Amino acid sequence: MVGERAQPEVIEKIRKELGADKSVLSQYAGYIKLLLQGEMGRSYYTNRKVLDDILIKFPNTMKLAFGAMVIAVPIGIFLGFIAAYKKDTLVDRIISAVSITGLSVPVFWSGLIIMLFLSLKLRLFPPSGTGDIRFLVMPALTLSLPAIATLARITRTSVIEITGMPFIGTARAKGLSVFRINAIHIFRNILIPLVTVIGLDIASYLNGAVLTETIFGWDGIGRFTMDGIIKRDYPVIMGCIIIGTVVFVLINIIVDILYHYLDPRVRLYASDR
Amino acid sequence: MHLTGKIAGSVIIIISILAVFPSVLSPYDPEKIDLDSIKEPPGIKHPFGTDNKGRDILSRVLYGGRVSISIAVIAASISMFIGLVMGLCSGYLGGKIDTAIMAVVDLILAFPSLLLAIGVSIIFKSPGTYTVMIAIAFVGWASFARLIRGHILTLKEEAYIEAAEAIGCNRFRILFVHLMPQCLPIGLVMAGIKLGGYVLTEASLSFLGLGAQPPMPTWGSMVSMNRAYIASEPWMVLFPGLAIAVTALCFNVLGDALRDKSGLKVKM
Repeated sequence: MVGERAQPEVIEKIRKELGADKSVLSQYAGYIKLLLQGEMGRSYYTNRKVLDDILIKFPNTMKLAFGAMVIAVPIGIFLGFIAAYKKDTLVDRIISAVSITGLSVPVFWSGLIIMLFLSLKLRLFPPSGTGDIRFLVMPALTLSLPAIATLARITRTSVIEITGMPFIGTARAKGLSVFRINAIHIFRNILIPLVTVIGLDIASYLNGAVLTETIFGWDGIGRFTMDGIIKRDYPVIMGCIIIGTVVFVLINIIVDILYHYLDPRVRLYASDR
Repeated sequence: MHLTGKIAGSVIIIISILAVFPSVLSPYDPEKIDLDSIKEPPGIKHPFGTDNKGRDILSRVLYGGRVSISIAVIAASISMFIGLVMGLCSGYLGGKIDTAIMAVVDLILAFPSLLLAIGVSIIFKSPGTYTVMIAIAFVGWASFARLIRGHILTLKEEAYIEAAEAIGCNRFRILFVHLMPQCLPIGLVMAGIKLGGYVLTEASLSFLGLGAQPPMPTWGSMVSMNRAYIASEPWMVLFPGLAIAVTALCFNVLGDALRDKSGLKVKM
């Protein structure tokens, strides 16, 4: 913060300003007090309020996560259904191979390869930056690859499990159309594992966002965290971690509440029979 | 085991041999700067080309494999060991110890794993090989502990444990002589399933500059340092990334085969 050749008095002054001369406990109490007032302190480097920066960058990360979900959810579920119906055939093997590859390729590398082809060779999208939908496509695509793989795997297993159940046999025997059996009987029953995975994936989006946002210069919370970490800008790091955890817990609560609507057998309250 | 599992296993063996003895195949010194042959495309002299300082990419990929794979394997061993001990204590001793350990496990598993690993690795003053191992193991042991705990809960009802208690074995003996050997196989299977993920985490950390430091080559840092040249000299980024992808893929396929064979239900 002050450079390598700073005067001892300057260092002492800044230590006082930041409260670094106090004990760890009173520093902690100070931070908690700040949090309760709805503040997160100021960045050591830019001297901007951390909360203000987070509020600017957070919507960008949400846009990215939403974009990735829009790509991943339909493709993942579709591939999973196909693999389940063509179980143990060549098609199933190809889909499993594709999905396990999706889980194995590092996002920072697939992002660069996508950038190389779509942006630098075909010149379809701008290579990096934050902005409208043209800037969003490549990072969202990169972030969606591992999500597609997880979704396809979980859909396949769930569909195979449900198809083996007696009520599907009954539905077939009643002469229901294939579409009705799939769209209503099977799909409603795989929703619970799917919603769980999509909810958990939000956490992996936060993981992936650190890397994808760094590569594509997307001005979101992932890159903000990473910058903070590299500069050891503690107010920024703590603010980002608190926001990330709050979002994660909120998503888990939403998923738990959704269970009840997806499957009325799941009870929210003990008295709710 | 499936055919794919066998193929993946064989590739892993080859990669591991190359990682242990990189000097056998590598044609050049991975750290030698040769300014006469910078940015050469792949050819007979340099099969994977050279980077912006004239260093041979093939040699660097081979030596980088040593770093990446040894970090993943050692981190997996540490995770397994800590997870085993914690899971054993948690499952067998129960009570407050169980509550405390499981609370920590839930806390770790609830957090985005890469962010947590990044957080752990910046605690240390200078990043390097050891900090990466510690960061991965710090996050990794939790899933082992949960798995082992579940296994112990069913195992401790078995007659032979009751018999051991009846003849007066102390807790320490029951834990480490009677229960631990029963948990080793599932611990090893879990380690096999997790290895692919650890390779990716190591690569991500060193991509972000938190891994082994230059001039030591790692796959992640090669992608990171050469990514400015992706448009003009794509091979500089292509080959190290491909090495990460192939290694992680083989570990994941092998892990899948191990899981199917063992009937364990765990996430990768």
